Amino acid sequence: MKEHPFVIPFTIGLTFVILYTVVMWTIWVVRLTRREKKIIWKRLLTVKTLRGIWETIREGLFHRNIFKKNVILGFMHMSLAFGWFMLIVLGNLEARLYPHGLINPPYYPIFFEFFRHDLSPLREYEEIFTFLMDFFLLLVISGIGIAFFKRYKSKVMGMHRTTKHILIDRIALTSLWLIFPFRILAESVTAGLYNTGHFFTNFLGQQVIYGLPLDQLYYPSWWAYSIALGSFFVALPFSRYMHIPTEILLIFLRKYGVREKDSHSSYTNVELNACSRCGICIDSCHLSTDLGISDTQPTYFIRDLRYSKPSERLRETCMLCMRCLKACPVGIEITQIRKNERSEHQLFSPTSYSYLNGYAYPKAKVAFFAGCMGHLTPNIIKSTLLLLDAAGIDYTFIDRNGSICCGRPLQLNGEVDAAKQLIDKNNRLIYETGANCLVTTCPICASEFKKNYHMSIPIYHHSQYLWELTNQGRLVFNQSNLNVAYHDPCELSRGLGVVDEPRKLLKSAVVLTENSNQTKQNSLCCGGSLAITNTSAFQKSTIAASTVLQLANNTTDLIATACPLCKKTLAAAQNDVPVQDISEIMVKALMDSRKASLSEAKVKMASPKLEVVEEYK
Amino acid sequence: MIDFGYAPLKINIHDLDKADLSLMDWITARDESFRLCIACGSCTATCTAGNFTNFSFRELCHSIRRGEVEKAVRESEKCMLCGKCTLVCPRNVNTRNIIKLVRKANQNFRV
Amino acid sequence: MLKKVAVIGGGVAGLEAARQLAALGYQTTVYEKNDHAGGHTSEWDRLFPNRRPAVEVVDTLKSQLNGNPAIVLSTPITELLPNGDKFTLKTSNKSFEADAVLIATGFELFQAERKEEYGYGIYDNVITSAELEKMFTEHGTPLMRNGEKPKRVAFVHCVGSRDEKVNHLYCSKVCCVTAVKQAIEAKEAIPEAEIFCLYMDLRMFGPGYEELYKEAQQKGINFIRGRLSEASELDGGRLLIKTEDTLASRPLKMSVDMLVLMVGMTPAEGTSKLIYNLGLKPNADGFIGVSDYHLKPSETGIRGVYTAGACSGPNNITDSINSARSAVVEIHRYLSVKEP
Ligand SMILES: Cc1cc2nc3c(=O)[nH]c(=O)nc-3n(C[C@H](O)[C@H](O)[C@H](O)COP(=O)(O)OP(=O)(O)OC[C@H]3O[C@@H](n4cnc5c(N)ncnc54)[C@H](O)[C@@H]3O)c2cc1C
Ligand code: SF4
Ligand code: SF4
Ligand code: SF4
Ligand code: SF4
Ligand code: SF4
Repeated sequence: MKEHPFVIPFTIGLTFVILYTVVMWTIWVVRLTRREKKIIWKRLLTVKTLRGIWETIREGLFHRNIFKKNVILGFMHMSLAFGWFMLIVLGNLEARLYPHGLINPPYYPIFFEFFRHDLSPLREYEEIFTFLMDFFLLLVISGIGIAFFKRYKSKVMGMHRTTKHILIDRIALTSLWLIFPFRILAESVTAGLYNTGHFFTNFLGQQVIYGLPLDQLYYPSWWAYSIALGSFFVALPFSRYMHIPTEILLIFLRKYGVREKDSHSSYTNVELNACSRCGICIDSCHLSTDLGISDTQPTYFIRDLRYSKPSERLRETCMLCMRCLKACPVGIEITQIRKNERSEHQLFSPTSYSYLNGYAYPKAKVAFFAGCMGHLTPNIIKSTLLLLDAAGIDYTFIDRNGSICCGRPLQLNGEVDAAKQLIDKNNRLIYETGANCLVTTCPICASEFKKNYHMSIPIYHHSQYLWELTNQGRLVFNQSNLNVAYHDPCELSRGLGVVDEPRKLLKSAVVLTENSNQTKQNSLCCGGSLAITNTSAFQKSTIAASTVLQLANNTTDLIATACPLCKKTLAAAQNDVPVQDISEIMVKALMDSRKASLSEAKVKMASPKLEVVEEYK
Repeated sequence: MIDFGYAPLKINIHDLDKADLSLMDWITARDESFRLCIACGSCTATCTAGNFTNFSFRELCHSIRRGEVEKAVRESEKCMLCGKCTLVCPRNVNTRNIIKLVRKANQNFRV
Repeated sequence: MLKKVAVIGGGVAGLEAARQLAALGYQTTVYEKNDHAGGHTSEWDRLFPNRRPAVEVVDTLKSQLNGNPAIVLSTPITELLPNGDKFTLKTSNKSFEADAVLIATGFELFQAERKEEYGYGIYDNVITSAELEKMFTEHGTPLMRNGEKPKRVAFVHCVGSRDEKVNHLYCSKVCCVTAVKQAIEAKEAIPEAEIFCLYMDLRMFGPGYEELYKEAQQKGINFIRGRLSEASELDGGRLLIKTEDTLASRPLKMSVDMLVLMVGMTPAEGTSKLIYNLGLKPNADGFIGVSDYHLKPSETGIRGVYTAGACSGPNNITDSINSARSAVVEIHRYLSVKEP
């Protein structure tokens, strides 16, 4: 074996990237919290590790999640990752099978054809190796071809917007793209000279480029290949390609149960580095598709957070609707990270709400909570209470005299300390009602109650509670042929995973049609989110209008939703198709089944007395 | 200064010649809807915080327009960002954003 | 042969225009979708500013309908198409021809249910100003659902007007003075009742309006400067309303027996569709846009098609009558002179 200096760029690059990865993995793992490290230890020798390995193969090599979203994109990623992986594995096998080749320097298998022109010592394996190497090389180059095409014609691939990359990403990308053309050149030249290839490189070397001065191209082509590899490896840690080694760690950490917490942590760093800047999140975002704001999506936010600090605009321009969260193939907890970043810039002080002292909710068995927004949609309250009356529930409308905000709006804006005050206060007041269950018509409240109140009593969104009652036969509805499209509120569907109960409930009274494939966990957003403050009313309506357009068609009689804010936002956008809360539809069906008039129906509404402060007199 | 033999009473007059309107300009530059309020009071009437304490978003905005910056900043902290006011405002004033801007001014500005 | 003019809409504007056109010698037909003429004015009890019975105005206008002008009732025009130098008007099953057309389709009342927080259609004693007019006609007094007279009534100004939440930035012009008129009438009908007007601005632009306002003050109507934010129902059916007393800078809550929503004007349904076939688009508020607000207030931009009354924007009766006459002059010029 004759040494040659052209292997130096590759060797330096490889050493660097391996060292860097090892150091970073170590730092990240060491800096995990003690609890996290403990659970990792406990779970290291369990089936979770096997699952991690399986997921690494599935996602790291085959990119199943991307395949599910977009077949061509999936193929592109798969052919690159899996193809390259196979080339490395086969190269190593080949080098090892070669007599006296068990321990080799790292560059030996990579540049095998340079070192061994006579492959006959591989005996019966020669044919299969050369074939497979050529096959996977072809696979990889097809992936690169698609990637190249995608850069310039992303629409054809079903992507409307792709990430605009920074310099280091462009350098890494260019090196990556050059690696394989150079490799093909080097191997074809070698095959042309020494017949070391198979159908692909032999063909290229002996049929296509045989007229060129191959012996003069021989060294330069191997140099070029090695330099491309080396520069890619050197750029990798600083570019988006750091996601390749990081994603593996992420998969395992996640399998062991590590998650984002209420503030940035070492795990956040792993997540930040695991983002491939694929840009899939951009197209999932209403801000981009409806408003043309395409520079604040996670791909950019995470990038800026990884290198330094995202701007205020980047931090704040997001509805935390979680659509991108469901779209991200890496499964990064994007919205939590953004929320945590917001919480590093709190504006409210944690003592602002002392004025709430002295307020109380009345005693209750089943506590009904309308929430702030609920008070602006009295028909939702009335309808729900009529339904509860009809089912014979002994409820109390605990915030009839006024609610204390659940704290979610503050929470979503990163004002966690201020939110905590409201949560503590509200939590105690609800506890003091003595209620054994809590029902609310607001998914925003429900979400906050479930996620941050840690209450001991069950919490229901009214769609769940009413379905439960219907299921028990306590509510009976008249079935009509009203054609209804259901809009899933973000906080309910993605936030709480409640997608079936409202549908089952609706189906017991009307005809439910799904006109869009963007439903349930992938549901569209109404645009009214409380997590964003820098969109104008016009922008919100624009999003709402586009959502209505996708939800309803000309046979739709009604749009149903299950959130006061969604209802208001969707209704403000247009008035062609009426928008109603699920409770309004159900109460109508209930009255129809009883042949009773809805306008005559009265809510029992015993307690509490609504207080009137006769301020005018 | 001529001594008239008495000191003029410091009466409660808005002196727009001396008012500090920098916060108003700062906010308006960041949210144009600040200008659009017609002082209808719906925001105050519906306000979740205002149900428990003396707090008026309308008045808060007005104090900014009259240069009473400290008062505005002090008051802004009572808000819970609940969003009811945004839902009732007939002029689509981006109320929560304005509250947040006032809070930011508290940090960025010398008030 | 007599030239034919079609008037779409038999409200005060349509009727007045028809009368003048017939007098000028045109064969004039009014197409009215309802089974009676007079439009919205026929639904009012007494008119501002002088509180004369509305029926006087409507009957005077109707008494002119004697063959020419003729009126065809229960005939909603759904399509208006150019046809050479004539126009074709269509209903679902008939079609008519005319040499010139006047669109006088008026307005529609804002659907108060759209302001859900005001409780219309949810609570019993939340009614609209139009419903109150009807009560005055039928009973001479405001009455609650249970047949009793209310002791405290609040009038809510600007419902569905000056409100971008329902995409109506414009002011409906007539509801302030209507509120003041109705407040006086309510007070006269129930002298012991307390009457409140919740207003943002009082737009008393016409002759006699400010006087009406002063009369209301003299009769003890309470004016609160603040827009209603929400209403809820108290046990027993009274209503709790919330507003800000903006003059005192304090939130204000009070209970009332009856809430009257001063519903604004919205463009009549179908009008934008009518003009669409002619290549015309409604203005930003959704009403018919006129060629020049100052100099050509009756012209639509299409020669031969004119507009009058509240279909080009909120109007009182006087302005509707005036605009009808102005349109008649344009039509006459068009049909007899045939020059721009
Ligand atoms: C509550 C209230 C009280 C009021 N009180 C007063 C008052 O006291 N004094 C005063 O001066 N003004 C008052 N007004 C204003 C007054 O009602 C209007 O100025 C007047 O009605 C406008 O007349 P119009 O003919 O333009 O429209 P409208 O009265 O609306 O008449 C339009 C007519 O066209 C018909 N029409 C519509 N579309 C079609 C179609 N496609 N085909 C055929 N026919 C059609 C309608 O059925 C209607 O009959 C009041 C308004 C309101 C809302
Ligand atoms: S956040 Fe997820 S979807 Fe967005 S660029 Fe990163 S990996 Fe892709
Ligand atoms: S959470 Fe929603 S608004 Fe925010 S970036 Fe993701 S998709 Fe866009
Ligand atoms: S967001 Fe603030 S100002 Fe607005 S209603 Fe809620 S508490 Fe009041
Ligand atoms: S609701 Fe809007 S317009 Fe009315 S006072 Fe408040 S900010 Fe001003
Ligand atoms: S006339 Fe008065 S009540 Fe009517 S929209 Fe205008 S301001 Fe409001």
